Amino acid sequence: MEIRLTVNGKPARGDCEPRKLLVDFLREELGLTGTHAGCEHGVCGACTVMLDGSAVRSCLAFAAQVEGAEIVTVEGLANGDTLHPLQQAFHEHHALQCGFCTPGMLIAALDFLSANPSPSEAEIREALSAVLCRCTGYNNIVKAVAAAAAKMRS
Amino acid sequence: MKAIDEPWVGRSLLRREDRRLLTGTGQFTADLELPRMLHVAFVRSPLAHATIRNVDVGKAAAAPGVVLAAAGAELMREVPPAPDAQLSLPSKWTATVQHKFLNPAQPLLAHDKVRFVGEAVAVIVADSRYAAEDAAELVELDLDPLPAATDAEGALAAGAPVLHEHLGTNQIGEFAISKGDVTAALAAAPHRIERRFVHHRYAAMPMECRGVVADYDRRADAMTIWSSTQVVHWVRREAAHVLGLPEARVRCVALDVGGGFGVKGHVYPEDLLIPFLARRLGRPVRWIEDRHEHLLCSAHSRDQVHEVAVGFDGDGRILALRDGFTVDCGAWNTLGAGIAYNTSVHMQGPYKIPNFSSRARIAVTNKVPNSAYRGAGRPEAAFVMERLVDLIAGKLELEPAEIRRRNMIRADEMPYATGILYRDGEPVVYDSGDYPRALDEALTAIGGLAEFRRRQESARKRGRHLGLGIGCYVEGTGVGPFEGATVRLDPGGKLYVASGACPQGQGMETIFAQVVADQWKVTPDDVMLGLADTASIAMGFGTIASRSTVTLSAAIHHASAKLRDKVFSIAANMLECAPADLELRDGGVGIVGVPGATVSLAKLAAAARPGWDNSRPAGVDAGLEETHYWEPPTVTWSYAVHVAIVEVDRELGRVTVEKYAVAHDCGTVVNPLLLDGQVAGGTAQGLGGILMEELAYDQTGQLLTGSLMDYLVPTASDMPDIAMVHLHAPSPLNPLGVKGVGEGGAVAPPAAIANAVCDALAAYGVEINRTPIKPEELVAAIEAGRRRRQ
Repeated sequence: MEIRLTVNGKPARGDCEPRKLLVDFLREELGLTGTHAGCEHGVCGACTVMLDGSAVRSCLAFAAQVEGAEIVTVEGLANGDTLHPLQQAFHEHHALQCGFCTPGMLIAALDFLSANPSPSEAEIREALSAVLCRCTGYNNIVKAVAAAAAKMRS
Repeated sequence: MKAIDEPWVGRSLLRREDRRLLTGTGQFTADLELPRMLHVAFVRSPLAHATIRNVDVGKAAAAPGVVLAAAGAELMREVPPAPDAQLSLPSKWTATVQHKFLNPAQPLLAHDKVRFVGEAVAVIVADSRYAAEDAAELVELDLDPLPAATDAEGALAAGAPVLHEHLGTNQIGEFAISKGDVTAALAAAPHRIERRFVHHRYAAMPMECRGVVADYDRRADAMTIWSSTQVVHWVRREAAHVLGLPEARVRCVALDVGGGFGVKGHVYPEDLLIPFLARRLGRPVRWIEDRHEHLLCSAHSRDQVHEVAVGFDGDGRILALRDGFTVDCGAWNTLGAGIAYNTSVHMQGPYKIPNFSSRARIAVTNKVPNSAYRGAGRPEAAFVMERLVDLIAGKLELEPAEIRRRNMIRADEMPYATGILYRDGEPVVYDSGDYPRALDEALTAIGGLAEFRRRQESARKRGRHLGLGIGCYVEGTGVGPFEGATVRLDPGGKLYVASGACPQGQGMETIFAQVVADQWKVTPDDVMLGLADTASIAMGFGTIASRSTVTLSAAIHHASAKLRDKVFSIAANMLECAPADLELRDGGVGIVGVPGATVSLAKLAAAARPGWDNSRPAGVDAGLEETHYWEPPTVTWSYAVHVAIVEVDRELGRVTVEKYAVAHDCGTVVNPLLLDGQVAGGTAQGLGGILMEELAYDQTGQLLTGSLMDYLVPTASDMPDIAMVHLHAPSPLNPLGVKGVGEGGAVAPPAAIANAVCDALAAYGVEINRTPIKPEELVAAIEAGRRRRQ
């Protein structure tokens, strides 16, 4: 079936079987391999994308469900060569090591900060618990999100 | 220019790797898209132990999109098992250490029997993963169930089902080491404690599962393998053998790898089977492991049972330690003696133990193979030793920290020989460090012991249970046999360095650029790295065992020295001076004390080119490239002291880590920011291991934790703040004075947390001698303690 949608602000289309997972559709049909599949059962959060303004796990959605929707993936965060404040803060705080979970972390943080622009540390930890990271031990990610929040407020 | 004059080693440079990973433009194995690529799904055994009567792939072969459906018996006729799937041991070790090892070679697909739930019995290749998985469900298995051996001691008991019949036993490895006279010293010791310690099974669990893509080039008769591996040269060696190709016709590349931590540190059957299928089918073939498969078939770790006796005097000085332990290695032994020997050799930790013996048995069971995971046998040793120290303290009613101080090797006793051999066959000699100072620093970082005891006492009066626990370890790092570096001066004047080291998130592109920049007095931006690709260097070992910073920095140092001699001889010819008058400066070579007389590295590269109008002196070969394979004399010893403060909820059995401190020494630090990241990440894994993670099996060998909903990886909410202190005792064993750091963080947390929980519950006499710490078991232990007290 044909799917038409908006991805990272641009119109996109692809063909797939009705059972195709959104994460596979983004990666295989649209070539957006920045979104990663880490568990394919909705726990690890690596595949998190923005769907019509909210973070969703793209391994738990079918491509067929997003007809006409607006999606933002990690590829849509930077403005040309200028990193998004979250990306910049992750870089400056060494908030990534292998980088596999990072796209999901960034999108989850983006969604969280849009709802809570001035979070406490505990709130950041709670929100980031939606995405698993095996490398960093999280503390640098928490610092990065707090720093990005401050920058995005100013 | 300040940036050039001051060393780059030692600076917290931000990572060069980050931009691609932050913008979704990294490339992991699953991101690779090749024309006409086929996709693989495996059929895996639902039983832990069974004879394979028949595997009928007929319906699967006829399913839509399927190109090939094959079972193990068919493949066995065409493709041999991997020949050399274990770490080798030097003759210096095998000639000295009393040992016996059997090696059942794992076939690429099970064909006679299945030996664990998840072992692959058939493979489906189709035009999409979806089609391959559909077809896999059509494969009919006729399995004749056998009784399963699901724990190591049971597997070694009389009458246990034997996994590998031709061996006639489940005990596939044993060795013993000792020094002094343990039996006599134990008998004569004023005090003696005997305990049984059980360290459970958990695993690395990188966020990226494994994956392999292979593409065969018929014209060149050459194979390219992209594998999410830590050991590209090892994969190439095995694949060349299995495919019957010379190594020069096989290339293995690891693209961006989403975490390894040891689980990707050896060759798996899929690394070899996927290339075989690509050649047979004449099309690129891809297999991307899913999480369920990862839990079911990628290596697990830990899983040891220890029976220990320690003898000590009235001051708490350890006189003798005897350990006998059994490793549950699952159905196949991936690393031979590696992990068990690590446990034995690290058991003495930072302490002076005059009489010591360790005897290991390795048992096969009907479980996933056990292999290296961050620490690789060391967390088990630290857990045993550090619990014993606290038990000694308890018996003598002394502070555990004081017992440690009395037994620790002092800085003025370095270097210190522990009286046994490392697995490289060299005597274990701790090369440098100040263990008592690390203990003091860690206790200070957590707020001071006396202050904690006051707080603990006042909390107890309010019915709250706080505890402080210490975990110490030493770690042999940078093990041989070698790692190599090719250093080349690129025509543009930049430095290119190739090596068989394989990054999985450590930041190697950043730290080795710092190392090279210092060697050549350039900036890290002038350095390019070619890692994890067998095409870039003839021989490589790979990134396991906390070794790459040590071994590759030394290889870079020596290759650079050779190349610098040549560069200077050409520069001397151009500047009409002697090489001894020259120095590296400002991205070039200049005459010492003559500021203007400099020739750039780019000009030197041009001058060294083969052909007409070169500027080489007579007798100097063309080209500017040198390779050095560095063979470390032996390992260098990192160490750390971890201290945890926990609160235990007596009713719920819940353990909350309130504060955590690490005092760590890995010698010269290349990049403090990245070092902190490594220690923090390792600590998080150790905390997960003791408090959350467990690979549990039932008695029939069914894995009970087959998803991330059952296997609990720590989240951001589970992590305490970690105070870090760094000590710097440079290693005398390599040019930069560095020691390895990758694994250390994960070694001590199980011991520190267990000791902290016991400290919190001392009033109930609770002993944690079995991991993980489960709330329900803790509540039961508290209740039992209460009853004893009444």
